[in-house]
Amino acid sequence: MCLAVPGKIKSIEHLYDGKVRMAKVSFGGIIKEASLEMLPDANIDDYVLVHVGVAISKVDEKEAQKTFKYLEEIGELGELEDVDNYLPKKE
Amino acid sequence: MKYMSEYRDPELAKQYLEEIKRTVTKPWSIMEVCGGQTHSLVKNGIIEMLPKEVTMIHGPGCPVCVTPLRLIDKAIHLAQQKNVILCSFGDMLRVPGSEKSLLEAKAEGGDIRILYSPLEAVKIAEENPNKEVVFFAVGFETTAPANALSVIHAHRKNLKNYSILASHVLVPPAIKAVINDDESKIDGFLAAGHVCTIMGNSEYYPIANKHNVPIVVTGFEPLDVLQGILMVIRQLENKENKVENQYARIVREEGNPNAQQIIFDVFQTQNQTWRGIGEIPESGYGIKEKYKDFDAIKKFDITIKEAPENPDCISGLIMKGIKKPFECVQFGKKCKPTSPIGAPMVSSEGACAAYYHFSGLIEA
Ligand code: SF4
Repeated sequence: MCLAVPGKIKSIEHLYDGKVRMAKVSFGGIIKEASLEMLPDANIDDYVLVHVGVAISKVDEKEAQKTFKYLEEIGELGELEDVDNYLPKKE
Repeated sequence: MKYMSEYRDPELAKQYLEEIKRTVTKPWSIMEVCGGQTHSLVKNGIIEMLPKEVTMIHGPGCPVCVTPLRLIDKAIHLAQQKNVILCSFGDMLRVPGSEKSLLEAKAEGGDIRILYSPLEAVKIAEENPNKEVVFFAVGFETTAPANALSVIHAHRKNLKNYSILASHVLVPPAIKAVINDDESKIDGFLAAGHVCTIMGNSEYYPIANKHNVPIVVTGFEPLDVLQGILMVIRQLENKENKVENQYARIVREEGNPNAQQIIFDVFQTQNQTWRGIGEIPESGYGIKEKYKDFDAIKKFDITIKEAPENPDCISGLIMKGIKKPFECVQFGKKCKPTSPIGAPMVSSEGACAAYYHFSGLIEA
């Protein structure tokens, strides 16, 4: 749960009379919602590090791709997919 | 160099290792604070490739592992109430409470939902006005803003049926506690990169200064960890005690001020109990008075007995760097990831689980 995963902002929606920005972020094709409240200057097509549904930092594209590939290789992207991945697996 | 082939840049990893070997002249103990770094060190076989002078000590850097037993019991108690939906990060489900885990409570019919984000819990509260929705909000400084945001969102939506069971742990006070523990002898620290992404580096300067230890803010990928280790060793060999930033591509000196503002809108620092370690002053976040209606501890009258820890589990000694997981008599015997006795065997960021999964790579 401590991971922050890089993804690309695809679209932005304004909530609460425009005060809050929620983005749809693509993580290698998996789309998740992320709050942009901590990154007021993040925009569509930017890459951001997302931790438990909140974007915490902007990253450049190259860094984002490298990190994503690393997380994929070590099999750490389960939390983006079905939450059932968390349930115990047989040894 | 077998495991190096998996790295994104094996040549560079090799160069760091050689540079570490060239630089080191005496034995040093270095603690990595973040569980992600522990995972990286163990999984990639870095520990056994380091020169014998360098001992890596695995710190308390896994919020799942240090969430107090009593709070887990409270979460289970809440989950067993008919009108409650208890939401949690998945890692918390298998953590043993004194009688059972949340997973067992779920099997017994408790409405327990695994979520990716606390913001999803707010939606569940909106959709279930007749239920009380409680989010089990654990985490380091990295996760605190998201937990705080869930409270702010619920407040904006005027939801009366949302609250969080909060258990936050903070890295700098834990580093101080480790330094002040007479039994643990640590020469230098790798601080957790993503924590500093939020909080910045300022809290580390007085610690490095006062206690004469190098602290290097470090990322979690193998190359990051290797470079962080090299930076600490260079300082140690030169008798320096600076705060350095290995992870500058992500961590800014001042952190993320917007995130800090959100944290301190909702939380204030307070003493916090760490499972296996005990109370550490000013090492957690409690919910401020103005958001007290969202504090599950205040909202529900949870009276349960104080229960003892399993005496076989030496997780505290492991997290303070005094013992290694394989020195625990239960390691790999009664205690396995499928039947954990202590929390560090549950999360993949826990030291015991990391050693169990990749123990073929480590000399016992
Ligand atoms: S191996 Fe199990 S019992 Fe031993 S310290 Fe680790 S979690 Fe506790």
